[in-house]
Amino acid sequence: MTARSLFIPVTLFIVLAFLIGPFLIIVAASFSAGETLNFPPQGFSFRWILKVFTVESFQASFAMSLFLAIGGTAAALVLGIPASYALSRYKLPGAEIVRTIVSAPIIVPGIIVGLALLRYIVVPFQVGITPALFLAHTALVLPYAVRVVSASLDNLRSDIEEAAVLLGSSRLGAFFRVVMPNIRGGILSAFILGFVTSFNQVPVSLFLSGPGVRTLPVDMIAYMEIVFDPSVAALSSLLAFLSIGIVFAAERFLGFSRYV
Amino acid sequence: MSDATYLALQKLTLAYGDSVAVADLDLDIKKSELIALLGPSGCGKTTTMRAIAGLLPVKSGHVRLDGADITRVPANKRAVGLVFQSYALFPHLSVYENVAFGLKLKGMRGAELDARVQSGIKSVGLSSFANRKPAELSGGQQQRVALARSMVMEPKVLLLDEPLSNLDARLRLEMRTELQRVQKETGVTMIFVTHDQAEALALADRIVVMKSGKIEQIGSPEDIYSRPVSSFVADFVGFENIFPLEQGKLKTSGGLIDLSSQALSAAGLAWRPRMVTLGSGPFRGTVRGTSFAGDSREYLLDTPLGPIKAEVEASQPAHALGADLSFDLPAEKAAPLSRFA
Repeated sequence: MTARSLFIPVTLFIVLAFLIGPFLIIVAASFSAGETLNFPPQGFSFRWILKVFTVESFQASFAMSLFLAIGGTAAALVLGIPASYALSRYKLPGAEIVRTIVSAPIIVPGIIVGLALLRYIVVPFQVGITPALFLAHTALVLPYAVRVVSASLDNLRSDIEEAAVLLGSSRLGAFFRVVMPNIRGGILSAFILGFVTSFNQVPVSLFLSGPGVRTLPVDMIAYMEIVFDPSVAALSSLLAFLSIGIVFAAERFLGFSRYV
Repeated sequence: MSDATYLALQKLTLAYGDSVAVADLDLDIKKSELIALLGPSGCGKTTTMRAIAGLLPVKSGHVRLDGADITRVPANKRAVGLVFQSYALFPHLSVYENVAFGLKLKGMRGAELDARVQSGIKSVGLSSFANRKPAELSGGQQQRVALARSMVMEPKVLLLDEPLSNLDARLRLEMRTELQRVQKETGVTMIFVTHDQAEALALADRIVVMKSGKIEQIGSPEDIYSRPVSSFVADFVGFENIFPLEQGKLKTSGGLIDLSSQALSAAGLAWRPRMVTLGSGPFRGTVRGTSFAGDSREYLLDTPLGPIKAEVEASQPAHALGADLSFDLPAEKAAPLSRFA
């Protein structure tokens, strides 16, 4: 083989190694039998995987993360579905501006969003930690909800709503009877995407977390600052496999990639 | 068919924002009539149809149906059916569920619902497709589902938007027959919108020709085809040689021409290509183009009057390009137009 024909496979290998490598190292490290986070792992055991389930702060922060991911995404969909509908069905003045504003949390770095929320909303209005986190996660997931739901609405003919109305349905009834069932896949995809985004969110949560209230990723960072054992690696592996499982199931049953 | 007006549009004005699409339209339709709204795109025919359905708010004027003013009645309470050009079937529902949709909303359940839905599907010949989804049907089958879905509701008026335009030639004939059968069996009042004069002539009891938001002419297919009242209608139904009259004389690009001994009183005259006499007459023209259409041959002539289209039987000897021919525009054959442009 010439140097030229080697170039592409080698580059590909390096890129993949950078993408998957850290993940493989973490997975390997989580099965270590040693006392500290190390690679290559010393021996093989399930002790750190099992230890994850005994750390109390992990349980509380996992519950908090789960609550934010499910609740925040649900709230974002409640706001996002009507917004998407209006954006895709009506020629609204300034619709493009609204689209851009709604997408802002994707573009603006999380650190800035977190700082801004803390400085101008949470502190001046004395918002509690949990409501502040809930608000932030809803805002962060909203762009994904609007984008994914809009995409499936744009693929749906609007005259079926008129057909439903002429068959005796009200406008609102037509939305629930013929629009919702046809964008169900998009809504579920938006939910999964929002859930994963919220669950893995670090910078914003970092700013808004407070005494006793943390999300799981923030808690993992705090834990690592004190204890440097492989249980964080074990937890990371568990979370990674959970995410992969959810996305795989979504793709398998819903054709997730059509909407994203 | 009774003589009383069943559906009336009175001084109907419709607008999209500030731009008026239909102005002061008056139209009376009898029960069980089959009406065609015919016109080019942008003439307001679809807008009128949407207003009858209640999908477009009326700016001013009235819509009356079966003795009641329905101008402000919402679309879902009008008992007006609409077969969309794109059919607008519900993609997540089977053929059976599509047809059952409106009846269920009426509160119909159980055996009665099943019987109505089954007979609706059967009437359009799709019994064996009841469990299919719309995406698994051909365009013609989808349209028949849309027809059944509207007809099981027993609408007072059935509207059809370009019902034949998405179908190929063979299916068109089939659908045309189907619509005539449905109309005859149920006596439903039907209004369909089309830009195709052949479709309107073949199907309608009466044709309403529209132009720029106004009615240009209302008449039987024979009236519209043979006796157009204006140059617009004449042009739309295939009169290709159309001239205005001035002081009883034909006004052409070559000046005023006396066609007959007595002064003609109409605003204009129109001839179909077939009405032009070729080979004899007072005028002369040069063959600029010729096309063979099986039964006939068409010629485009360059003449002092302007371009003239003539059509003769194909059995007549052919004329070559550039040939110099005499022709006549017989005044007695022409359709007199009472409005020009």
